[in-house]
Parts: sequence; structure tokens; C-alpha cells
Amino acid sequence: MAASSSGNRILFPPQMVGVVGLEIHAQIHAASKLFSSSGVRFSAPPNSLVACFDASLPGTLPVLNRRCVEASVMTGLALNCTINRKSLFDRKHYFYADMPAGYQITQQRLPIAVNGSLTYSYLGGRKRNQVVTKNVRIKQIQLEQDSGKSLHDDHRNQTLIDLNRAGVGLMEVVMEADMECGEEAAAAVRELQLILQTLGTCYGNMAEGQLRVDANVSVHRPGEPLGVRTEVKNINSARYVAKAIDYEIQRQMEVLDTGGTILNETRAFDSKSGFMPEPNLPPLFVYESVASVPAGVDPTQVVVIDRLKAILPELPGVKRAQLVEEYGLLPEHSFTLVNEVGLMDYFERVIQKTKAEPRKVIGWVIKELLGNLNQNGLRLTQSPISSEALAELLNILESGHISTSAAKVVFQEMWKLPEKSVKQLVAELDLELISDQEQILQICRRVVDAHPEEVRVIRAGNKKVLNKLMGIVQKETKGRTDPLQVRRILEEMTS
Amino acid sequence: MVWTGVAGTRLHIAAARPVHHRSMLLKPAAHGACIRYAVPPWRRWMSKRDSSKSSFVSKVPQFPTWEPVAENQLPPRTKISPDLVDKLERLALVDFGNQEGVNCLEEAIRFADQLHVVNTDGVEPMDSVLENRALQLRNDEVKESDCVSELLQLAADRVEEYFVSPPGNIPLPKREERLAMLKHSAF
Repeated sequence: MAASSSGNRILFPPQMVGVVGLEIHAQIHAASKLFSSSGVRFSAPPNSLVACFDASLPGTLPVLNRRCVEASVMTGLALNCTINRKSLFDRKHYFYADMPAGYQITQQRLPIAVNGSLTYSYLGGRKRNQVVTKNVRIKQIQLEQDSGKSLHDDHRNQTLIDLNRAGVGLMEVVMEADMECGEEAAAAVRELQLILQTLGTCYGNMAEGQLRVDANVSVHRPGEPLGVRTEVKNINSARYVAKAIDYEIQRQMEVLDTGGTILNETRAFDSKSGFMPEPNLPPLFVYESVASVPAGVDPTQVVVIDRLKAILPELPGVKRAQLVEEYGLLPEHSFTLVNEVGLMDYFERVIQKTKAEPRKVIGWVIKELLGNLNQNGLRLTQSPISSEALAELLNILESGHISTSAAKVVFQEMWKLPEKSVKQLVAELDLELISDQEQILQICRRVVDAHPEEVRVIRAGNKKVLNKLMGIVQKETKGRTDPLQVRRILEEMTS
Repeated sequence: MVWTGVAGTRLHIAAARPVHHRSMLLKPAAHGACIRYAVPPWRRWMSKRDSSKSSFVSKVPQFPTWEPVAENQLPPRTKISPDLVDKLERLALVDFGNQEGVNCLEEAIRFADQLHVVNTDGVEPMDSVLENRALQLRNDEVKESDCVSELLQLAADRVEEYFVSPPGNIPLPKREERLAMLKHSAF
């Protein structure tokens, strides 16, 4: 049984599994559009970023943006694809008001990159702390135009058209149906998002429509032929990816279980191909190295794969491995650090400022800090506790001035009162560890004397009752004693 | 379309109306069927300008050179089924209107069938006349953004800087419904 991302189990009829493929549209981060030189911006006044070509005025022609080609080649390299030295553009015809030309320029016959792979992970297992790593094949990456936006006005029975987005460059990344459920699909999308953001080729903000996911979903019994596919289109929230896909898998299984058949509505539309080569664009050539650029062609005017390989940044997978190696972290910790926006930087800043060991720091960063952020629905940028403040707290803990449990109390106070310094809070809360040995011995003696029954049980062999005595001492001292020290003393006194 | 070429005259292309089937696959139309001059205006000017130069040789043949293509050289006639008419109307949003419109299409296909006579062995199809040119790449700079303010003024219908269009895609009525509609049409 697989668990959906919400934690609820999907109930599968015997042995049926989901089969999920994805088509992801990523808006290329560029100053201008794919084939025209109008600007690209989210939330601009309607129809203010439209060139004559985007409005499909007669006599206008497409001119390809080099930055878009570079972005798709870099993305292809990061996804282990074969870059097609020659690729072609096509027109895909269909009628819709937000696409003035009546066709979309895309790469159907021969796209820029093919046959890649994406390795992704998610935290699975019963306690969700085991890193599960999977692989999905990338069928291809193609360059294509985005369409405009239509706003439906149901009152006046009309549609309002904004062409700002018409012609913006997209990379369509096609992932094969190697995934089984919503959780896997969501993890794959998240990893792609991280890679694109690291490369800078797409900012991947799903809420702003920079990354849109279409899922192809079917169900079958392993070994049997694949079932009928349905499409879940235009998912534009990370949280919804897993939910929408799992819902569709569940729906299909229920239909089949009750003897029904799966209908594919979009298939009927698909059977009209409406493709033809784009006659205004000759083949796109990209070159292996500067040496392979033919004579007479300006090397600065063309896309050279070696040049792009040289400036590829460190990808998330590499970063995770480095964190494990450098700081001795567990894989699930490094996974979380890289997965949460800004958390890795936060962690490294704390490490710089504290003598505490990385393994200790990671516990505080993930359990205390991230835990509290998630509980309060806050992003890391909204954290009341800065990396410097946390480092200070950890230093005070390391130097033995306070106990771990006291530190946790201080942490909560720091959360509520970010303007107060750590030292201030420790003093105010009176949480400094008692350094006077005599005092500690006296308190322990008092507690032991006051609980003769428990002492008898301990002496008889039940060592667990020692914890109860320790708890009493801690309460008496308001957590201002080192637990290890107290345990030693109590053990001696009860031996 | 009918191409006619007669010595020393301008090429005349008939208007693109449904072509009468009799004009295909036959010899060129007889005299009087197209506009022609004894000597076209530009030739008159050229000769006035340089009557001594007789070195100019026109690439236009002096006499028509094509031969009509025999029926047996052509593949079988394509018949357009009602289902295909339906599909074409949906795909291309054209309206064939009535049987004459469909006949017109079938004749147009017949005319194009003449291309089968040409030997294309070893010749790759051409996608673009630019195929021997390098694809020009543009720098990623913002240059032109604002042709639409003009367009918006010309738009028949607009709401606050948005173009207005009918809602969604209006589905084409089914064939039976269309036949009922056409019964009352002008055709």
C-alpha cells in the first residue's frame, strides 16, 4: 500500500497500481519572449507587454531568443539528456481566443533535448524519516510558446483576453509514466523545481504560473496492459499535485472495481493532430564546442554546449551529498535542508557562529526551528529567531551554563520575544545551571531521603524508578541541573 | 486558379473562386478568355528606352510549354465522405455550405493530383525556403512592447484594456443540427 502525501492510505483493490506520467511547462526566466522582443513580467497591466508578433499581426515573423535556447540546453544537461544538435520547430493548430495566431509554435518532431533522467527522493517509511530514492525517465524537453490569458466573465457571457503571456518561452519537460502515485509525482516535481531554480532557467513559482503540471493517470495490475489514460490538467500548486493525482487514481480504481470503464475526454481532441512544420524557422543548430562552429559563423551568436557545461552550477543532489560528507549529517537531514527554501544557508550560518557539533545543530534546526515554523505556518524568512540568535543559544548550552531542557524553554521565549537577547532571557528566567556542587548534593540528599519507598525499589533492581527521582530533582531546581550529573549523584546515593 | 501564358503577354491569374471543372486538365483557354496586351506596358517602355539592345532574352517561354496530364497518369479520384467534411469543418472552421462546396474541394484535390507526376525520388521534402540559412538568434533584450495600445483602439469590443471574445470555444453544432439549420439557408 502506498501512502498519499496527506498521510491517508489509498485503498487499492488487490494489486492494482497507479501509473503516472507528467508534462511540466516551465516558463523560461528571460527578459524577453521566445520569438519577440516584448518584455516578460507577472502582474503587468493587461495587454501592456505585447509586440505585434504576439498579437499575430500579418507581416510579423518569429525571431528566436538565444537565452531561451541556452536555458533549454542547460536544463537538458542538468537532466542528463542528449542535446539534439539539430532541432526543428512546428506549428500546432487549434482555435482559442487567447492564441491569436491560431497555432502555437512548438517542437513536436525533433525537440532540443531527449532521453534524460531525473533522480528524486522523498521521506517515506512509517515515521517519514527514511529517504526513498527513485528515478524517472525524461522523454524530452521542447521549446514552445505560452498562450495568453483568458478571464471568463460569466455575467456578461464573454471572455476577456490579456496577451501579456502570449509568446513567453516555455520548456515542456515530459516525464515518462514511471511514477506510481501522487507522492512520487510531487517529489519529482519538487526536485525539478529545485534544479530549475538552481540553474536559474525557471524560477518555478507555481502560484505565479511559472511552473504548471499536467498529469497523465491510469491504473492497472502489474504485468497486464496499461489502462486508459486520463489527464489532470494545469495543476498550479505544489500541494495539489499529489492530492489531485491520488484522487484521480482512486476514482479510476473505484470505477473499474464496480465494473465500469474509464473514459478519456481529451483523447477525442488529441486525435486531431493539426501539426505542420513551421515554415518561417529553419532548423536550430547548437554546437558541441567553439571548434565545431562552422567558419563564417560568429561564435558569440550561437549556442555552444561546452560553454554552458562549464557554467553549470552545483545541483541539489550534489549539495545533499556534500552536506552529508562535510558535516556528517544523516541523509534525511540533508534532504530536508536542501528541500526547504533557505534552510541550508541558515544551517551553515549557525555552524559558522557556534562551537556546537553539526549533529547537535541539525537537531535544533530541524526539530525545534523548522518544527515551530511549520506549526505556526511560517516561512523561514519570517522566523523570529535568527541564525545568530540560535548560535548564541547553542554556545551558552555548549559552555555548560544551561541544561538542554532549559535551552528548549529559552528557545520558546526567544520565539515569543525576539527583541530580547539570549543572555537577557537566561538571566530573567533564572535558568543558569547551578554550579555549586554542595547545593546539588544537598538537593539530591533531600529528595532521596523524602522517597524511601522508591529508593528501596531501586536497590532491589528496578533502575527505571531512578528517572522518577531525577524528575523530582529537576522540578525542584527548575531544570537548572545537568541531568548527567544528577543521575550520577543519585546512582551513588541509591547504590 | 487558372494560369495562362501566351507569348508576350502578362500572366493572368483568375480570381480564386470555385473553379469550373472543365477548365482543368485541358489546353490553355482560347484567345479572348484573359486580358492580354500585344506588348505589355513595361516592354513598351523598355523598347522605347533602348531599342538598339536586342540582347535581352526573356525567360518566359515564347510559347506555352506544358502538356496536359492524362487521366491515367493520375491516382484514383479522392471522394470526400460526409464524416471527413465534418472533421475538416471542425478542424479548420470552414463551412462547406452545400454539395457544391464539397465538389469544389474535390476538384481542387484533383488539380493538385497532377503533382504525382513529378519524380521526387531522393529529394527531401522542403519545410522552409530558409532551409539553407542559419537560424538567426536574437539577444535577450526588451525592445518592442507597445503595439497593442494602437490595436486596442481598433478593437470592436473591449473592456478596460482587455480584448473581448465570445465565451470559451463555441462548440460546432452536430451534423444533424447543421443540416436542419442549412435547410433554411440561402443556398
